[in-house]
Formats: sequence, C-alpha cells, structure tokens
Amino acid sequence: MTAAPRARGAEAGSGVLALNGVTRRFGEYTAVDDVSVEVGPGELLALLGASGSGKTTTLRIAAGYEQPDAGTVTLGGADITQVPPERRGFGMVFQHYALFPHMPVEENVAFGLEARGVSKAERFEKARVALAGVGLQGAGGRAIQSLSGGEQQRVALARALVIEPRALLLDEPLSNLDPTLRQAMRDDLRAMLRRVGVPALFVTHDQEDAFAIADRIALLKKGKLLQCGTPEELYEAPASSEVAAFIGRGTLVPATDRGNTAKVTIGGRTRELAVNRPKGAPSRYENAYVVLRPEALELVGQSGDSPWPGRVVNRRFAGGVIVYRVQLSDGITVDVESASGNAHEDDNVAVAPTKGPFPIVPG
Amino acid sequence: MKSSFRRQSWLIAFPVILLLLWTVVYPNAAVIAGSFENGLGHWREFAASPADREALWTSIVISVASVFASLAIGVPLAFLLGRFDFPGRRLLRAVATLPAALPPLVGVIAFLFLYGESGLVTRIVQRILGMQEAPWRLKGVGAIVFVHAYTMYVYVFLFVSAGLERFDATLDEAASGLGANTWQRLRRVTLPLLMPAVAGSALLVFMNALGSFSAPYVFGGGLRVLSTQILASKTNGALGLAYVETTVLALSAVAGLVLFRWLDRKRRYTLASKGGRKRRAIRSRRVQILTSFAAATIVIALVLPHLMVVLVSFARDGVWTTQVLPPEYTFENYRRLFSESELWRPITNSVSMAIVATAGNLLVCFLAAYLIVFRRFAGRGLLELLVALPWAIPATAIALGLAATFNRNDLLTGRVLLVGTFWILPLAYFIRDIPLVASAVEGSLRQMDASLEDAARGLGASWLLTMRRVILPAARPGLVAGGLLAAVTAVGEFVASVVLYTHANRPISMEILAQLRALAFGTAAAYSVLLIFLVLLMTLAARSFEERLA
Repeated sequence: MTAAPRARGAEAGSGVLALNGVTRRFGEYTAVDDVSVEVGPGELLALLGASGSGKTTTLRIAAGYEQPDAGTVTLGGADITQVPPERRGFGMVFQHYALFPHMPVEENVAFGLEARGVSKAERFEKARVALAGVGLQGAGGRAIQSLSGGEQQRVALARALVIEPRALLLDEPLSNLDPTLRQAMRDDLRAMLRRVGVPALFVTHDQEDAFAIADRIALLKKGKLLQCGTPEELYEAPASSEVAAFIGRGTLVPATDRGNTAKVTIGGRTRELAVNRPKGAPSRYENAYVVLRPEALELVGQSGDSPWPGRVVNRRFAGGVIVYRVQLSDGITVDVESASGNAHEDDNVAVAPTKGPFPIVPG
Repeated sequence: MKSSFRRQSWLIAFPVILLLLWTVVYPNAAVIAGSFENGLGHWREFAASPADREALWTSIVISVASVFASLAIGVPLAFLLGRFDFPGRRLLRAVATLPAALPPLVGVIAFLFLYGESGLVTRIVQRILGMQEAPWRLKGVGAIVFVHAYTMYVYVFLFVSAGLERFDATLDEAASGLGANTWQRLRRVTLPLLMPAVAGSALLVFMNALGSFSAPYVFGGGLRVLSTQILASKTNGALGLAYVETTVLALSAVAGLVLFRWLDRKRRYTLASKGGRKRRAIRSRRVQILTSFAAATIVIALVLPHLMVVLVSFARDGVWTTQVLPPEYTFENYRRLFSESELWRPITNSVSMAIVATAGNLLVCFLAAYLIVFRRFAGRGLLELLVALPWAIPATAIALGLAATFNRNDLLTGRVLLVGTFWILPLAYFIRDIPLVASAVEGSLRQMDASLEDAARGLGASWLLTMRRVILPAARPGLVAGGLLAAVTAVGEFVASVVLYTHANRPISMEILAQLRALAFGTAAAYSVLLIFLVLLMTLAARSFEERLA
C-alpha cells in the first residue's frame, strides 16, 4: 500500500472532517435534517441507514456535490462548505465506481493527477504503484469492461488514493460485490483505509458491513441522526427503540424502569433484569422497553426461577446454534438461541433471560 | 458552490437558448404575426378560397393515408423478418431500409422513371396488355401516397423491429402456458406491447407526410396541398396568404402531435428484457416457397428505384421517348457534370452548405444535450422544448419563416439580411436537423453514468478537462450518428431549399428539378446517383471514424 502514502493530512492541514448541523431539502422533502458528525484522521465512520435515510445525500454534502441549506462542513477547523468538489482534494469511491469506460485502468487511476497537471511519466508511475498497492499489479493496460466487480472496486479505490486525498468518502463500497468476495473485501478495505490515515466516511445499508469496517457508526433514519457511537454502544446501549429495532435482532417488551434494573412481566410472571442505557441518557424512562436479544435468552425447564412459558412456533438451524421462535403470552414472540436441538415445533417450553445487562430504551 | 454551478449552467445555456429563440421561435412568430398584418383579412381570404380549403383537406387525407399505407407495409415486414427464418431473409433484411437512403427528390424521380406515364414498369404493362395508352397515370393522391408508403414505411419497420427485438419472449411463453393460441397471443400480448413503437412511428410518418413537398410538387398535377400552396402564394407575391397557409400547416402538425400523444396516453410500459427469442423456421415447403417468392418480389421492388436511377444516369438526354428502356447509353452526363463549372457548382454548394450546417448542429446540439441531461436549472424545460420544436414545424413553414425574418438588416428587431446569401440555406438545414442531432447526443449522454462527471470533478478536474476527457468521449457515438444524419439530410435537402434558394447557391436537389423540367432525364439521374454516392461515402466515413476510435 505504498500507493497511499501517509496522508498529507498532517502537513496539509487535513485534520477532523466535521458536518455541523447540515440540512438539505429537496422541495418539501427534507433529505438530511440537522445532522452533525465528526471523523478524525485515520478514523472510519459508517453512515448506516435504510434507503431514503439520507445517508448518500449526507456523503454528497461532505464531498461538495450537494450544498447544505443549513449547516457547515469543516476540515481541520476550516470551513469548506463553499469549496467545490474539484478543489476539496477528497478521494471518493462511487457506488457503481464511476470508472471512465473509455479509458484503460491506468488512465482512470492517473486522471486525478492529470487534472493536477502532473507530467505523463510521473502520473503513470504513480498509478502503477497505486495499482500494486491495491493488489492489481500489471493491470494498467486493461479495459474497464474486462474487470470483475472486485477488481473495479480496487481500481476505484486506487484512483481515490493516488491523489493523496485529505479525506476518503465511499458510497456503498461493498454493495456490488457477491457475498463471498464481500467478506474478504471488508477486511482488506478496513486495513487499507486505516493505513491512509485520513478521515474516512462510508455509506452502507448493511449493518454487518458497518460492524466489520467502521470504528464508529452514525445511524440515520428519514434524514435524522438517531445515534452515533461504536458498534458495541449501538448494540448494547441503543438510544431509542428505532435504533434497537435496526441494530441486531431482538424483541422490545414493555418494562418498568427502576434505574439500574427494570421489571418485565410476561404472562403474569415478573423478572427483574439488569439494564444498560447510553451515556447522557435520562436515568429513568417514563415508558420503557427492554430489548430481549436471542443470545440473551435460553430455554429452561418449566420449574425454574419463574420462567416465561411459551410454545415453539418455528425452529431454524443457524450453524452451530438453533434459533427457536417462541410464542409467549400477551402476544409477545421472541427468538431464542440455543446450543441444544431438543425442542421441536409445537413443543411447550419455558424461556428465561440469561446474561445482562439488557438494553433499555424509551417508548 | 451550488450557486456558482447554477451560474455556470446559465452561462452556457444563455447563448444556446438565445440562438434557438432567435432562429427557431422568432421566424415562426414573425409568420404568425404576418398572417394578422391586416387583422383577419388574410384569414378571411384563406377561408374563402376553395383552393386553400381543398389544400388543407388534401394534406390531411394524404397524411392519414400515408400512415395506414406505411403501417400496412412496415408492420408485417417487421414481423416477417423478426419472427421467421426463410431462404432470402438476410437479403431482404439488408435492403429493407434502402428507401431511407434515397434523398426525397431522388425517390420521387426514380418512381417517375419506373411508374410514370413513360416509365419502365408502365410501358411493360402497357405492352403486355397491348394497350394504346398507359394503363395508369402517376398523378394525384394515389401516386403521392404510393411514393410516401415506399419512402416512409422504413420508420414503421425500424420502430416495430426494435420493439420486437426488445420483446420479452417469456411473456409470450407465459401466455401460451396459460393456454392462449397464436392469434390470442398476438392480439392480447404482442400487439399491445408493440403499440408504443407503432404509435411512435405512425406519428413520424404523419408529420413527414404532412410536410412532404417533393411528391405533391412533382406528382400533384392539378392537386393542391398546403406545402405547395405556400410556395405558390409566395411566388405570386401573396405573402400574407402564404403566412396564413404556413400557420395552418404548422397548426395541423401540432394538432397531429397532440392527437397522437392523446391516443397513446395510457401506454407506458418498458420492455426491460433483452429479448433473445429465436426466429422460427418455416416448415411447410409450400409456405416456404411462397414466402421466398414474396421476399424476392419485395427485394426487387425495393432495389428497382435505385437501379433505375443508375440506368437512366447513363441514358443520353432527350432520346428516351416511347421505348421501354432508354435506347442509347453514354458517359456524357457524368463527364459534363465534372467538367462544366455551371453543372459542377450545385455539388460544391450542397457539400459546403451541409458542412456548415452540420458543424453548427454538432456544436449547439452537444451543448444543449449536455445541459438537458446533466444540469438542473430553471431554463431546462424551455431548452428541451426549443430543441424539439423544429421537429413539429414542417420544413416549408421553417423556410417561409426564415424568408420573412432574415430579409433585411434591422438590428433593432433582430433581423439580419441572409436571404439571397450563402448563409440562408445552411441556416435552414441547421434548424431542420436540430432535433435529430440533439436527440442522438442526448441518447449517448443518457447512457453515461451521471456519476462520471462527479467523479472527474471530485478528482480535481476543471470543467474543460471534464468536458474533453469524460463528456465528449461519452457523447461521441451520438455526435457521429447525429452528425451523419444531419449531413445526409442537408446534402440532399429539397423542401426548404425550394423556398429559399437563389441561382448562385442552388443545391443539387434544385438542379435535379431544373434538369427534370428541361427533360434532361440523364443529367438529372446522374446528379441523383452522385447524391446517393455522397450519402454512401459519408456513411462509410462515419463508420470507419467510429471504428478507428472505438
């Protein structure tokens, strides 16, 4: 990865890339609504959300293709909101890569240097090195159409890196790859992006991609930032029922919040569970819900410490564990992960919570 | 950044829009204004004139009949070639679009040589039947529709063929799986899905037939249509009446356009599949022979006009009178064309005027297409309308508008004296070909991934570098194809030329007409062959250019 020399971040004043309360409206529709996020040098931030959540518009605001109606974009403290994309010096990898179809690989990679007036010999040399850096030695003369999806993605990455970008922006970098390649590329991508040492912002709708690559995740819904934090924080201490519903699997059940614990009653049987909430959240919620995740539940004998009785409605093998869907009382259905495959569909079982603390969210 | 981007969009769009307003809208507005120059006087004159009422009616009858005749030839031919395999299919496919390669006036005179009173086919039939006189006269509505059907069925054929090619074969299979027989599938699945193609091509035929000039002019006899009435009125100095007739012609075209859009309003589906349906071989021996025989007949009918023009181009002028074929052959016609400067002049005129018009088309239409496809700005809708507008205005109307506007120098009202100069004809050709070139370039640019421009800018490229290295290469296939079509149309243009030409700038088409009037059939045919040759040359040049770059 010699192609991506230590970002000129330090000497060229890269620093923290920040969106400060940016808003973008298209007519009546607010695509991005007062979003603020920060990415430090060498940090990887994922903008995660379903389609229509405003994540791509947020990325395009960071890149300069969209102008926010309110808010600013700063890099190392300097306001770059008005700077057009061609003068931001960011490296961008587009969703469908946006490789120039009429140029061979090396011309694609060298294009950013051509725009900077770098001599032909020098830019092709740098392109060659950059291609080697992404594992595409000797591919410079090939036609774009002859590349596989994974190769195109690497060329797009090399093209973004060769200009020694002050920040890296990636729009769904893995969404066009088949599942096996995708697994492998996650690790590669994370390693490459960390080495560049500039702020990296990437958009994805896939939480597994986000978990695997990002240092922190900004979760968006309908243009609003729901929560920003490490994958663990989002998983273990979601700020709202929306976050809890999007991140991981689990069932939200009503609870009585008592601060460090919460009481959950199902079918007349009450359990008191240890709970977890994000930093800075109110110490008690008026209407609270506890998130019961499959790995935090187990099937127990009917006689145990007042377990919740239920009936198995679905049994699914998930490699190593069995996932049971159990219909409890009060119309509540939970998924339970179990190493044992003894129970079967239509069996009557009992479910008990295991390890805590459990995420608690306001209703 | 957004504001500067908007500003830049306007900076490019402003001159383009201004030019189009000046050359496309202004002349036509001047015509409409001219028709009211003494209130409703000219309009009353028009309404009271039986000749004009007849012309309006005849124009519409001819256009509608041309649509049906073209559909009757084009649709079955597209099905035959698209769905069936038979001996001679490839030959028929190769010549099926041949009529489109005939410049309008050349097609007309080819028909004259073949089916005219002293034409080859007419004479043969007359001899066989032992008749004293020609069995028919190539005159009137029938003759005009006959020529139109021959030259215009190609639109229908191409549209429907393309529709059939994109047709999702699984839809047909699904229908047959549900128990539909061949006829039911055709009526309920295939034809409804092909309706957009049929309607689109029918509209094209209607507009072309309505604006057609050469066939009515040569075969009309005493028949009046609007386009010829306009020229007659202008020649007689009744300019006000010519303006009214022009306005009526343009309105009829717009009415046709609106009517077709309305008829086709509900059909909005896309055929997404790549098709991939195999052609069915015809099994029955008898049907096979019958099909091949029919195919051979069509091939001969399609090739005959071209062959006849070539043959007559070698006929000595003035000796072909009552014989079936010209009796004497010579290279004299060609020798004179190349050696006599007066005869050579129209050729250099046509070529240089086509080059000027096409260059203008390429520049203006590239910018317009770029703005329409990639930029969002307040004037985009207007630009789209301006670029499509010349398509809805018959060429005679465009020409008369130019004659009414660029006939004197008056900078205050935006008038420049171009009538009588070299520039008026290239301007007319330029306007006529704007929609053609713009839509070709638009088509190419729409295939381009819009994020390529973003990518180039993100990599630091200036607007000019992005244009040169990214947008222009993407537009190139459209530029080449559109430029070729524009050049081909311009070099053989007749309809606008006949209104605006002078002796000094007369194009090939006007010289063909002049030679025809002088009964110099050989010379007229030699010009026609030269014109076909030019078209062929340009097509080959465009193809090799495209291949060298691809």
